[in-house]
Amino acid sequence: MKRLLQIEFQKLKHSRSARVLSIIYFALFTLIALFASIRFKFGGIDFQLADQGIFNFPYIWHFNTYFAAFLKIFLAIVIVSMMSNEYSNRTLKQNLIDGLSKKEFILSKFYTVVVFSLVSTLFIFIVSLILGIIFSDYDELSIIFSDLEYLLAYFIKLIGFFSFCMFLGIFVKKSAFALGFLFVWWIFENLLYGLIRWEIGNEEVARNITQFFPLESISNLVKQPISKLNVIQSTANQLNTDLQFDSNVYFYQILIVLVWIFIFVWGSYALLKRRDL
Amino acid sequence: MNTILTLENITKTYGKITAVNQLSFTIEKGHVYGILGPNGSGKSTTLGIVLNVVNATSGSFKWFNGEENTHQALKKVGAIIERPNFYPYMTAYQNLALVCKIKNVSTSAIDDKLKLVGLLDRKNTKFSAFSLGMKQRLAIASALLNDPQILILDEPTNGLDPQGIHQIREIIKTIAKMGTTILLASHLLDEVEKVCDHVVILRKGQKLYAGPVHELTANHGYVELNAQNTQQLMEVLKANNLFERVIKQDEDEFITAFLSEPAKAEEINELLIEKGIILSHLVKRKESLEQQFLQLTSQKNT
Repeated sequence: MKRLLQIEFQKLKHSRSARVLSIIYFALFTLIALFASIRFKFGGIDFQLADQGIFNFPYIWHFNTYFAAFLKIFLAIVIVSMMSNEYSNRTLKQNLIDGLSKKEFILSKFYTVVVFSLVSTLFIFIVSLILGIIFSDYDELSIIFSDLEYLLAYFIKLIGFFSFCMFLGIFVKKSAFALGFLFVWWIFENLLYGLIRWEIGNEEVARNITQFFPLESISNLVKQPISKLNVIQSTANQLNTDLQFDSNVYFYQILIVLVWIFIFVWGSYALLKRRDL
Repeated sequence: MNTILTLENITKTYGKITAVNQLSFTIEKGHVYGILGPNGSGKSTTLGIVLNVVNATSGSFKWFNGEENTHQALKKVGAIIERPNFYPYMTAYQNLALVCKIKNVSTSAIDDKLKLVGLLDRKNTKFSAFSLGMKQRLAIASALLNDPQILILDEPTNGLDPQGIHQIREIIKTIAKMGTTILLASHLLDEVEKVCDHVVILRKGQKLYAGPVHELTANHGYVELNAQNTQQLMEVLKANNLFERVIKQDEDEFITAFLSEPAKAEEINELLIEKGIILSHLVKRKESLEQQFLQLTSQKNT
């Protein structure tokens, strides 16, 4: 496993685009955190995002993992191109001739996906922990380390999404087309949801069906945290509307994504095995 | 024991087209093999199959008597196919270091191999900045990193300029002298003739011949002759059963007589002097691989 990871990192570390995108990715992580902690002062308005309670433990775990997940598209580009470049440079063929098995090839890519996800998760953990310690109104250990399931969900979410990208990279062979396909697929899932909902006429049933779709299941892992925010809750109370939004992490949702991860990795392998290069 | 590769009834079809048809042959240690055939005769497909990048439709192959699975065996093989494939953004050294990782060998041999192919002074140049000849030489260096038991080369001189072709051939000869088994696929007959001792001839995916180059056709060569009186010479030659065929294609060309049994030039000269014919030209030749190859492929054609 160490050897396979070393092989893949040797390929990535010399690639300028992979390096630049990874740096942007992690830099944005930190920048967002910084931005949120800045105090704005315009005349009479004194506003700090941190004051809205977003950095309170344990809410911060949910809030940060949700918003950090938007950045995953940067790493997605790296992953799609690390797959499809092997085709366009015909180095995949050379790797196999040099004695890498098709299974090892897929595994080296998948391990990289896991490492990227793990590093992202650790990063968000550290950034959130620091922000929380600075701004949180609560600092009891038991509160700080509650609701950590959002980090697990975030981790699985990233592996799921990156595995999908990896599969597309192998399937489509061209990075631009693979990313295009990803976008088209996202539209397709939304259209299908609209269609099912219109056909059945029941939102809950439609959601129950579409939660099994790959992108939908991935995005369901960490749901929007906004309606949990104090400001929103109090506004809702004033307006007398009941704002019930279930944003908990459920085990069966993680299971659905795990199944997709298995399908994508196995599918990449099956595809590679069947193909003549 | 000394068998490196065995192919048994390998067949590969692409839709309706049969690229390789029931192909079987073995590669023994210590020889230089040539796979010969016109473009599209299934050479590259055959190599692709044994190198694990093309799936055979049927049939099987074994590396080293089947003691190891294919991808383990490939670590002991050096191969370059059609075009050199490397990561364009990495330098020569970085690319070779990656190959070492894949083959699980130490990186200490890199400089030696780069020196062998004359690229040591370019080791920190990016692959994308290399010329085709340099790329091809880098590919050879890469194939040699693990001191392979067999070196497989697929059209190694394709697309190179005369100087590049010469460099590659010199390198191949050097490697052959070191005792490495070589399997060379080519459509260039003189290339195969110059370096190979065994040959497999393919046409439309079928094996026409496999064996030593010198046994390719069981003939004894031919002689080119000329004399003042060509008419008389022709008659004498045709009457003698030392020659199986006597032809004169053009008025100002030499007479070509094919031997039906081994004979020295002196014997022929003596024989003709006895008949009162003084030769103005006498050369004994072996048929070139090219002539034999064309003969073989056209025989199967009809």
